[in-house]
Amino acid sequence: MTTPVSSIVLVLVGSVIGSVGAIFLKSGAHAVNRQWSSIVFNWRLMVGVATYLLSSVLYVKGMANGELSVLFPLVSLGYVCTLVWSKMFFNEVITKVKLAGVGLILVGITFLSLGSH
Amino acid sequence: MTPVTPAPEVQVPDPAKRKLAIYIVLACTLLVAIGQYLIKLGANRLSHAGLLATAIGIITIPQLFAGYCLYALFTVMFVYALRHGELSILYPLIALGYVWTTITAVVALHESMNAYKIVGLLVIICGVAVLGWGGGEK
Repeated sequence: MTTPVSSIVLVLVGSVIGSVGAIFLKSGAHAVNRQWSSIVFNWRLMVGVATYLLSSVLYVKGMANGELSVLFPLVSLGYVCTLVWSKMFFNEVITKVKLAGVGLILVGITFLSLGSH
Repeated sequence: MTPVTPAPEVQVPDPAKRKLAIYIVLACTLLVAIGQYLIKLGANRLSHAGLLATAIGIITIPQLFAGYCLYALFTVMFVYALRHGELSILYPLIALGYVWTTITAVVALHESMNAYKIVGLLVIICGVAVLGWGGGEK
């Protein structure tokens, strides 16, 4: 079984879109208070969930025709994007510890996919 | 266009809640791993379907539906965790799901275990531990 380029593109786009969804989820999460309306009419949460769904549809489409061992590492691109978004939108600090953690995770996932052939 | 307004007032979180947020996300990775496995099972039945058929399949194919229900549960827990923790810590922690997925594949699907996979799992666990400890401290 080989992995077609179309699957790779679908999963890649899906993972970036998913990381964007997380921005909206976090932003929406802070707008939630004790009132129901703060959840039901929370457009940020809606956009976040919709973005997740979209990324999932792309993900399912991509996964349908490919090898998990090739497609899994691509999802981890989303973690790198998230570091950038976190700084841009929430003024979070990119510390050496965070870079080390994400770096180890990327290396680990790469090893995992190497072992899956 | 600025669709997301930064919320600087929430940047001084309660350390105990930061830790709780980290534990919630770590526990949630189990849900994601089970969900991913179910979705993969369901996705095999959609290899030649279009985007619309795929979307409908999420409701009509039991494995896909169950997989997405777990994702929904995960999302609710994740949103709760995001209220109290940093996105740059919590999002990468989801990678622990890879560890569960690999173990599931070896145990349930009898995939082979080899040196690369073992090293990969250990390195991912190290990365998650670094993020978890480093993220809970500050």
